[in-house]
Amino acid sequence: MSTLTATPETPEAATRAPARPVYRVTGRRVLASEWAKLWSLRSTWITLGLGLLFLVAFGVIAASHYKSNLDSGRHMDRDFATATAVGLSLFGTNFAQLALGVLGVLVTAGEYSTGMIRSTLAAVPRRLPVLWSKAAVYGLVALVVATAGAFVAFLVGSRIVSGTPAAMGLGHAGVVRSLLGAGLYLGLVGVIGAALGALLRSVAGGISVLVAALMLVPGLVSLLPTSWQGDIDPYLPSHAGESIFALTHDSTTLSPSAGLLVFLGWTALALAGAAYRLLRSDV
Amino acid sequence: MIEAQQLTKRYGEKTAVDGLDFTVKPGTVTGFLGPNGAGKSTTMRMIVGLDAPTSGSVTVNGHRYARHQAPLQEVGALLEAKSIHPGRSAYHHLRALALTHGIPRRRVDEVVELAGLGSVAKKRAGAFSLGMGQRLGIAAALLGDPQTVMLDEPVNGLDPEGVLWIRNLLTSLADEGRTVFVSSHLMSEVALVADHLIIVGRGRLLADTTVRDLVREAGGDTVKVATQDPARLRDVLAGPGVEITGRIGTEELQVTGMSAREIGLKAAEHGIPLFELTTKAVSLEEAFMELTRDAVEYHGSTGTETSGSAA
Repeated sequence: MSTLTATPETPEAATRAPARPVYRVTGRRVLASEWAKLWSLRSTWITLGLGLLFLVAFGVIAASHYKSNLDSGRHMDRDFATATAVGLSLFGTNFAQLALGVLGVLVTAGEYSTGMIRSTLAAVPRRLPVLWSKAAVYGLVALVVATAGAFVAFLVGSRIVSGTPAAMGLGHAGVVRSLLGAGLYLGLVGVIGAALGALLRSVAGGISVLVAALMLVPGLVSLLPTSWQGDIDPYLPSHAGESIFALTHDSTTLSPSAGLLVFLGWTALALAGAAYRLLRSDV
Repeated sequence: MIEAQQLTKRYGEKTAVDGLDFTVKPGTVTGFLGPNGAGKSTTMRMIVGLDAPTSGSVTVNGHRYARHQAPLQEVGALLEAKSIHPGRSAYHHLRALALTHGIPRRRVDEVVELAGLGSVAKKRAGAFSLGMGQRLGIAAALLGDPQTVMLDEPVNGLDPEGVLWIRNLLTSLADEGRTVFVSSHLMSEVALVADHLIIVGRGRLLADTTVRDLVREAGGDTVKVATQDPARLRDVLAGPGVEITGRIGTEELQVTGMSAREIGLKAAEHGIPLFELTTKAVSLEEAFMELTRDAVEYHGSTGTETSGSAA
């Protein structure tokens, strides 16, 4: 935020209007403004609520489904048969990432579609602090909500599957790391959503690209020759992201820390694009 | 104080603002006039840094708008298009803007009252009428208690009550010693409040003048005279600086360069009876139309010269 440390007030200005209060735009204040903006919209509460609901509800549903299949002795496909309490509980991540990513897009692109951005940038004409603040404020909120959701989903889900082969407790190796990783992943998805919204300046465009990047691109890559797939696949945003919170890793996936680094790279790329457009284009 | 130097904005082939030079002096109400599409809004957007000039520059109190540590304290702007999120209440909108500058909550309440939004401040701004939306925009513009207030077409689409409110507001802002820069395509609206006029057409400066000078340059006052023998009156009145026009076959003459009193005395001296003797002031609207019409013709006929004369 060093760009915001303004030059000291000129003596001329001080003598001209001694009674005027001294206001100043600072990074902390822009953060406070973005925080206030986020919570003063109903859509924030609704979408965050949806994200949390998806995360918990689908985790619980997956765990219940596993348990009932096991009890009835029906045949389960291989993925399901080797499931763990963590994997089942985090089943909702796919759905929660949509809600949290979309809200991220709304946080930035929503300002363009409504015209609010003109007020925002007239107040903070240096512009970049607005992007950093939006990304930080919303990323943090999404991280907290998603982490809480992941833990709740696990606590409920692990109780459902206790006594089955999938049973696990918080004390199990890697469980806490997985749950924290899921929260981190979803928080970063929120940041990517915000960056895409700022980059494309369109709610529909931002959501489309977000969904394409997280859900369609893996499908497209699977059409490539197998030899290429192995080189590209682990580095895709969705796969790199998954490896942050996956409990087990093999030769086709990245390690949690490598996955986090790659996913952070994608986030930084999206933010850089957004920053470039923000500085370069008229609003 | 707003200073534009060779301010230019191009969108591809189209030049929206073409080498504008002007100064909005402190403590005056300056009208920014021009037909629709003359580049007024673009100019105002460049002043607050929303659009970047293609070339040239514009400064506010000596610095580019973005260089100020508290921009809202330098210029408060009401832009033409709505600049709010419809899902946020008026109060929260103002509060969010205030937070960026460390403007206290007290000041937010003040501008809410000032704009007459007290009863609706907690309602979603999307449900506001045009007039209410405009009041919210003005409340936002006044938030930082700026020395300069800039309003883009503030009366556009308002009902008579809203127009009156804006008019009184502009006058009171000026009385407080603020610099007011207000754009309009209606001369009649601006003439009521402005001392100084900056007139643009097709992105170019047409006149940087005062209301009085504009009228005088447009030909001043004309006197309408009706008499039984216009030809003889014509001869009697003829002299240096006097211009007389009139259609053949009518009894009416239009005289400029002479007052009604002088004409009456001269006619009486020569025993010419007059039926009518009326001073007709050139309205500002006419003067403005005259000026902008010329500009359009000028641009139409000498398009090739444009680039050379912009320097």
